[in-house]
This record gives sequence, C-alpha cells and structure tokens, in this order.
Amino acid sequence: MLMRAAMAGDAACYQQLLRSLAPTLRAAARRGLAHAGMAETDAEDVVQEILLAVHLKRQTWEKTAPFSPWLWAIARHKIIDALRRRGRRVDLPIEDFAESLKQDEAEPNMLVSDVNRHLDELPPGQRNVVRIVAVDGASIDEAAGRLAMTKGAVRVALHRGLAALAVKFRMADA
Amino acid sequence: MKTGDLIRALSADADFRPASPRRALRQALAPAIAIALALYFAILGVRPHLLALLGENPRLVFKLALTFLLAALSARLILRLARPGADTRAVALLLALAPALLVAADLVESLTVPAAEWGRQLIGHNAVSCLASIPLLAAAPLVAALLALRHGAPEHPALAGAGAGLFAGAVGAALYATHCPDDSPFFVTAWYGLAIAFVAAVGALVGARLLRW
Repeated sequence: MLMRAAMAGDAACYQQLLRSLAPTLRAAARRGLAHAGMAETDAEDVVQEILLAVHLKRQTWEKTAPFSPWLWAIARHKIIDALRRRGRRVDLPIEDFAESLKQDEAEPNMLVSDVNRHLDELPPGQRNVVRIVAVDGASIDEAAGRLAMTKGAVRVALHRGLAALAVKFRMADA
Repeated sequence: MKTGDLIRALSADADFRPASPRRALRQALAPAIAIALALYFAILGVRPHLLALLGENPRLVFKLALTFLLAALSARLILRLARPGADTRAVALLLALAPALLVAADLVESLTVPAAEWGRQLIGHNAVSCLASIPLLAAAPLVAALLALRHGAPEHPALAGAGAGLFAGAVGAALYATHCPDDSPFFVTAWYGLAIAFVAAVGALVGARLLRW
C-alpha cells in the first residue's frame, strides 16, 4: 500500500499516491458540484483543497485501518464544505463517490484559481518557498540555495505555507 | 499553481509528520491533569479516610468507578471522532453504559432508601460546591482535549467538542468524587450530571468553531 510507504517517509511513494488520487477526487468533486447544480469549473479548486486536507490530516489515518473510507470521508467533508461556502446546503450520499472512482479525468487548464489567489495572500517568506518548490519544482536543498535560507527554515516555511493555504481555502467567501 | 504543482509541494513536505490525535492528547493531558490536581489540592483536598471508606461504602465505590468509566470511554470516543471514516457507533453504544448504570443505581437506591429520605439524599450537602468544582477541575483537561482534537479531523466539530467536554467533565468529576462526601446515586445523577452536561455544552460551543478544518 502506497499510503503505508508514504507515511513511513517515502516522499516518492507519497507523490505517486497523491497523483493517483487526483483523477478520482476530480471526478468526485465534479459530481458533487453537478449534484448541487453548480458550475463544474470550480472542481479543481475543490480537488486542491481535498489534497491539502489529506496531506495535513494524514496523521488521522491509522496504519491498520482501511484507506478508502478515510479518504472519502475527507473528500466528502471538503466537498460539502465547498458547496456550503458557495451558498448551498447539501447532503451527499456516499455512493456517489464510490461510483466516481471508476472514472478517470484529466486536469483542466485554469487561468485563475483559488489557490493562486490564496498564495498571493501568504506572507512573502512562505509564498516564495511554496512557489519555488511547487511551480519551479525545486527540491528543499535547491530552494534553500536560491533563497539563501537554511534547509530547516525552508521546511518550516513550506509547511506553514501549506497549512496557511488550507486555512485560506476554508475561510474564503465565508 | 496547478494541481500537479501542489502535489509536488505536498510531497516535499512529507518529512513533516504531525502528531496523531492520540499522541497529542497524551501530551496535552499531562500538564492539564497537573493543573487540575494542583487546583484540587489547593481548594478541595482528599476526603478523610477515603481508602478505609472504600471497603465499607459501595455507593462511594460505584461513584468512583462510574466517573472513571465515563472518562475512559469518552476518551476512546473522541479519538474515534477525530478520525474521518472511523466507526463511532460501537464506542457511543458502550458509552451509553454509563448513564444506564447510573439509572440502575438510582433504582436500587430508591428501593433501599425510604422515600422520606430521598429529598435529603438528592440535595445532599455539597450541591453548589459540586456544580462549581467539577467545571473548575475540568477546565484544563477541556483545553487539552480540544487542542489535541485540532490535530484530528472531526467530521462533526460540535459533536467532537461535546465529546471533549464530556471527557473533561468526567475527569473533573472523578477528581471531585474523591473529595465529596455525598455518595448517593441521586446526588450523583443530579449534580454530577448537571456539571458534566455544562462542560460538554461548553465543549460543543467552542468545538463548533475551533475544530473546523
């Protein structure tokens, strides 16, 4: 199981796991939005919010527990939260997600996304680190070199930046 | 930033491993219990001859056992509530054992104590002290439990907050039970029940805001 290896600190496995989750989460988010009669163009924002939650809350998954109920509980929570923020109150049946597992969808090209908006609002230190690591694909070492920071400071700024992004998602349009 | 970019950033952060709710609870609880104990010894103190009384007073034994049971079960419940997709029904059912036992004890009490005595047993001597002391002793454990739950991902923040309040109230009640000489199940039902319910309500109110994620 990829999640087990990922939790043991294998970053490559972790990245592979998140990449394999993205299409099914995208399908679930689209379905959730469509279910509520809302534009599916927001789906990618919801996917990113779910991935952030999966990352920041992965300590709540226990190695002995099955992975998919945990994942879908998080996805469901985030989709409902996103719909509520957009002014809908909905109760999503869990079966919808199980079905969407079979679909496979590609990431759309977005010009303006929530995550970019939220990223712009981060303190400059966190913003630069998150950008260099995420968009430029720099490793922690490279980011430390380019920003003239210690590796520890880069790690802390990256983690704080990601946690702050999750908060901004949650607080948006509230 | 595209989703692929975000995933790259998330996996670069894979080294950062936050504490599980269980470990967070254990860590937060140690100083909280110390604070509660300090308050306990400063304000209340142990009931005289507590150990000797345990052998001859089944009401006292029941009172202590019930509060400890409630604390243990509600701790399990909040750790479940903190995990998305975890089954909480079994623990919740088990937790219902505590009020069920208390009702049973009330029945036994009503059969063994003459009706004329009921009022005196219910009001006891320490109702006000009980109502004030349990929430006071529960305050630090409540803060600890809520902070620990922030490491979790409760699907129902208010419910998880109420669970945290129930747990903290039970811890406060367990401490208070070693001080208070009112042992009748009538007294425990009315005043302990009210005090714990108050702490649970505070937990629910705070949790509804604090435990969102």
